[in-house]
Parts: sequence; C-alpha cells; structure tokens
Amino acid sequence: MIANYGYKDGSGEYYISIDTDNCIDCAAGRACLTACPKEMFEIITDDYDDEVACVKKNFTRTLAFDCADCKPAGGYTTLPCISACTPGAIKHSW
Amino acid sequence: MITAGIDMGSRSIKVVLLEEIKVDGAPQLKYAVKKAHVMLPGEMDADEAAEKAYDEALKAAGVTRDDIKAVFVTGAGRSQVKFATEGVTEMTAGARGANYMFPQVRTVVDVGAEEGRGVKVDADGKAIDFAGNEKCAAGAGSFAEAMSRALQMSLKEFGEASLRSDKTIPMNAQCTVFAESEVVSLIHASTPSQDIAKAVLDAVASRICAMVRRVGIEESVALIGGMAHSVGFVASLKKALDVQDVLLPEMPESISALGCALIAAERQQ
Repeated sequence: MIANYGYKDGSGEYYISIDTDNCIDCAAGRACLTACPKEMFEIITDDYDDEVACVKKNFTRTLAFDCADCKPAGGYTTLPCISACTPGAIKHSW
Repeated sequence: MITAGIDMGSRSIKVVLLEEIKVDGAPQLKYAVKKAHVMLPGEMDADEAAEKAYDEALKAAGVTRDDIKAVFVTGAGRSQVKFATEGVTEMTAGARGANYMFPQVRTVVDVGAEEGRGVKVDADGKAIDFAGNEKCAAGAGSFAEAMSRALQMSLKEFGEASLRSDKTIPMNAQCTVFAESEVVSLIHASTPSQDIAKAVLDAVASRICAMVRRVGIEESVALIGGMAHSVGFVASLKKALDVQDVLLPEMPESISALGCALIAAERQQ
C-alpha cells in the first residue's frame, strides 16, 4: 500500500508517501526513525497486521514547515529520511 | 454470528450490525446487514454518544451486547470507543465496505463532514494507495453545509439548487475562511443562489479531485460518506473526475461502519 500523509493548501501539495510493501521487513533497520532530525516517523501495526513506518499524526498538518530545515534551503542536497530508507519506501511530493 | 462496525465520525455516529448468512445456491453471499443506525451526538461527549448509538442500534435490531461477537471501530473518534474489540483506519474500512457493495470498484472517494480522501482498492477490497487531506476543510462536507446555511438552505436543497445552474463561477480561495468571504461577495453581487451553490460544490469537488488524482483515478469509482446524498455534489464530482459514472451505494454514510463490521466478521473466521 502507498500511504500518503500530508495535505494540500494554497501554497502547494505536501505529502510524504510511504510504500508499505517496501517498508515491511525493513532492510535498513528502521533507519528512518533516527535519520529524521524531528523524529517524525514511528512504527505502527497497520490494519493488515504489518509493522510499517508512518508519519506521526501531529506532523501531518505542518509538513511544509517541519521538513523545511532538511530541504535545499537548509543546506541539504539529499533528504536524510530518503537517504536512510535504502529500500526506497519514502518519497516527498515537493 | 453477528458483528458490529462503528464509524465515529466528527458529525455523526454510524453503527452497522452484520449477520452471517447462508443462502443456498449463492455461496458468495456470506453476510447481510441486520441493522444500520445513524445518530447525531449533539452535546454528548464521545464515550457517552458511542454507548448510546450502539445501544440504540442493538435495540432496533432486537439483539443484546452478548449476541455480538466483535465490535470494530473506525473514524476520527475511534480511540474514544472503549468497548470496541479493535480499531481500523478509515481507509481500510471504507475500502472494504465499498468493495462489498460494488466488487468492481477500484477507486473509492470518501467525503465526510470533516475530511475527504481517495483510496485505491484491489479486487479483494484491500486499500493499496490512499491520500487524505489532514488540513483543509474546504474539501469536506462541513464547508458545503456552512455555505448552504449562509444561503438559508438545507444541504439537500443546496445540492438540488446547484443542478439548476449552468454557470461556472470559479472559487479561487483554498481556505474555508477565504472561500466563505468569496461566497459573501457573490451574495452581495446578487448572484443567484443556484449559481453560488454550484460554485461551492464545484470547489469542494475540485479539492477532492486533486487529492484523488494523487492515488490515480481508475474506474469504477464509488462515492461514500455523507456528501453522497448531495445530488449537486455528485454531479460536480463526476465532472471534476472526468468519469462516466460515480457509483453511489445505499446508506453511503454507513459504508465505513459496514467495512468495519465485515473486517470484524472475517477476523472471527
């Protein structure tokens, strides 16, 4: 399943997509949990009893601001969460 | 075996009681809805309202709590239903419920009072891709309801009025607050109420459509949630999605509760 967490507002579309099929049995040792400086990810058991990462609820309405520090303007060339997720499950829409 | 599904929505509570059946010659028919019940909680707190809605549904069906094998709950307030056996997300519940009503459905659009979402579903009713809007109220039923109140119409009349309009008035504001001020400006400009109704429903449909496009539109498309009762919204959504038809189930607001009851029944097997 591809789970899109985020929102669309007047300034743009801000979604973090997690491909749960790539996230189950994570080959990166759940590196996303520690890679994100804001610790935005957590592991949940989804409705199909699979342990997968998701974006914590309190961040889903403020992604544009919470992720801003890691975007190019913050000096990063690649996003820490995407680099850490070697199975390639995490994507940003912006 | 009877199972219960509860959808704790932000505006109303939906309870569906599902009974296992055996129909000779139709083995695919395994379950039937025993009772569907909708309750507006009014001033009650969530725990109390859930208890009351559940008890009302049981009473209407002529069964007791002891007769219910499992109670699964979904919706924004699902964590507040203390007596539930398990909780499932709105995406999973909506996908399963829509698949039960229309097995051919591949895209489920769920528009409730506070949130809209698009879910891509496989042939087994499993959600394979979803997108919601956690932030914007302009793509949800409560916005259309607020605008219908401003025009002194019920939501049903609002939807019917929009069908009488052949004008397209774009609403540019993304935010409910600004969109509301656009509606006030249209009222002051003596714009006919049917044209305003169409502008509002077109705007809600376009917000929802933008979200559904994230998961991809694959026919058949079903609309569930309370907004499916608005004929005007259905017309606007059909146009925005550019699809031949949008399937509308019976009791559209209770489809997620039905999905919950189905998942509860399947997990008891």
